[in-house]
Amino acid sequence: MSLEEVKVDPKQKFLDIYQESANEIKSGSPDYINEIREKAIKQFELLGIPDKKDENYKYTDLNKEFDNGYKMYLSPKNIKFEMNDIFTCDVPDLNTKVILLLNGWYYDRENLIHELPNGALIGSLQAAAERYPDLVKKHYANYAKMDKEGLVAMNTAFAQDGIFIYVPKGAVIEKPIQIINILMDEEEGFTQHRNLFILEENSEASIVVCDHTLSKPNFLTNSVSEIYTGKNADLKYSRMQNEHNGSKQVSNLYIHQERDSRVNVNTISLHGGMIRNNFHVHLGGEGCENTTTGLFLTDKGQHIDNYVFMDHAHPNCTSNQLFKGVLDDFATGSFSGKVLVRKDAQKTQAYQTNNNILLTDDADMKTKPQLEIYADDVKCSHGATVGQLDMDALFYMRARGINKKEAKLLLMSAFAYDVIKTIQVPVLQERIQELVDKRLRGELSHCSSCQMHCC
Amino acid sequence: MLSIKNLHASIEGIEILKGIDFEVKAGEVHAIMGPNGSGKSTLASVLAGREIYDVTEGKVKYCEKDLIEMTPEERASEGIFLGFQYPIEIPGVSMVNFMKTAVNEQRKHKGLEPMSSSDFLKLMREKKELVELNAALANRSVNEGFSGGEKKRNEIFQMAMLEPKLSILDETDSGLDIDALRIVANGVNKLKTKDNATIVITHYQRLLDYIVPDFVHVLYNGRIIKSGTKELALELEEKGYDWLIKDVYF
Repeated sequence: MSLEEVKVDPKQKFLDIYQESANEIKSGSPDYINEIREKAIKQFELLGIPDKKDENYKYTDLNKEFDNGYKMYLSPKNIKFEMNDIFTCDVPDLNTKVILLLNGWYYDRENLIHELPNGALIGSLQAAAERYPDLVKKHYANYAKMDKEGLVAMNTAFAQDGIFIYVPKGAVIEKPIQIINILMDEEEGFTQHRNLFILEENSEASIVVCDHTLSKPNFLTNSVSEIYTGKNADLKYSRMQNEHNGSKQVSNLYIHQERDSRVNVNTISLHGGMIRNNFHVHLGGEGCENTTTGLFLTDKGQHIDNYVFMDHAHPNCTSNQLFKGVLDDFATGSFSGKVLVRKDAQKTQAYQTNNNILLTDDADMKTKPQLEIYADDVKCSHGATVGQLDMDALFYMRARGINKKEAKLLLMSAFAYDVIKTIQVPVLQERIQELVDKRLRGELSHCSSCQMHCC
Repeated sequence: MLSIKNLHASIEGIEILKGIDFEVKAGEVHAIMGPNGSGKSTLASVLAGREIYDVTEGKVKYCEKDLIEMTPEERASEGIFLGFQYPIEIPGVSMVNFMKTAVNEQRKHKGLEPMSSSDFLKLMREKKELVELNAALANRSVNEGFSGGEKKRNEIFQMAMLEPKLSILDETDSGLDIDALRIVANGVNKLKTKDNATIVITHYQRLLDYIVPDFVHVLYNGRIIKSGTKELALELEEKGYDWLIKDVYF
């Protein structure tokens, strides 16, 4: 036997942690959840953490990112801070009740679930699993498939808490529900929260999710969100990623749409060291509409990787994807999107666009749009561009007296606006526009206080 | 106002302008004519500061300043305006935002406060009428979806907004029907004062029926081969350029 130090494979490390802490992990969950955990950990053992050999992770080596000694949050640890000191919501018309997750745990331990007058529920997933087992059981781990994604399996094995939203049949939640994921600690941490949003038949809701780091240490997040939209339901979902550049996150979003439902998803990535977003959309009935858009603005050594899988399983559905990125300095990025039109999905309309601007020679972007079509009566298109700012437009503006820096900002802002205009909550759209302009000007940084007021 | 001496300019090592000399004084209108590829648009671009062209020799003085040393935005703020032959479409940047930024950047350069929104909109309304520009166009992205005529009218509208000292209009007549041509020319004429000057670059004499030049220069192969008064333009219309070109070489 060799006497060399044996390097522990990150997968093995997490398997060991699971075995050692199984009791603690399972303690707050009902049996039906814990049974799923057992299946999940076996699946994780099979799949492991994806590295560059995995075609879908070719440009983002997650195995490397997960190879660290970050501590895990296996119980809610309360850091006392006065919420009002940190968050003052300056977007009018957003729900004043802000839902907070702190290091993956529902923050308000006194009121774990709010029941709204129309029967809607907003609160902790752990509490919901206990109190509303029928609801949770029906959907939990049903959409986030573990058979291919090792990290989804890992999250399913470990996740204890997260946000639960339930909107009953026909209910409409007028004001957007705002969720803020806060990462804050004195040492490096790894969180794996789990969200479950259920919108029943004919219901409507808008959800805004913001990710923030409020302290300096590095963080890693591996989150899974499952969204179910029932027949003719309408969901607007906006995500704002604004963590500091020492943070890394893998975000897995699984959306299951029933017949005639409409879902609009926008993800705006302002800051974050390494971000991998996985979007899986299953159009599970006729007449569904889905819009999935993303914008990322990167500089320095940031790396952002967006992956979309759009599954047209039924006829007469429409999907629109638009992802745009601006890469400065030596930032790197990747976009990979696959539209699958199954055999019976006639009259499908599926569009996918990815446009990127490289501001320097060192910035690098890989893009791979893909269409896989098995039906014969469909309208599909896809396209991708990687280019520089339009020099003719730049000169045109300068010839009118607009200085070079300002002209560049106007062009970048215009480039970004195509994505921003897909945000369907008007107040949020304005606010995001301001934030994006600030980010482009370099005035929005992770340490300035403004990011804490950003939603 | 503008004095060009022995101006040479090249693009990617190929010399396009091979020694240009002429002077423009306040209150004058100069026409530059010449066959395709003679360097007319290059001259306009060089004067506006387009960086793809290298000025290899010569001097350009504008209002006692060395023009070649100035950035395009400085030139614009000092009162030089280039009306583009092919105005650029800028998707996502509204005309209002574009013009407001331009006006205020130029005001900043002059040490003036930014214009208030109400004053700005009033100014826009006023100037739009000058070139009969459709009000709805102002709310659209810069030149996006504009017809050829609308784009050219939009150039003159911008000129009216910015009130330049020296306007260089590069083939403003190309692609215009006779009505649009009249509107554009009227706009230019109304903006003319004794303190500003205009350089009109054109292929055809037609535009010069409306914008009457004080001087006409014929540019060929990077040099001015003949200068004269407005009668020269009429002669060119009648005889073409060949007789002049022959004169130069034989």
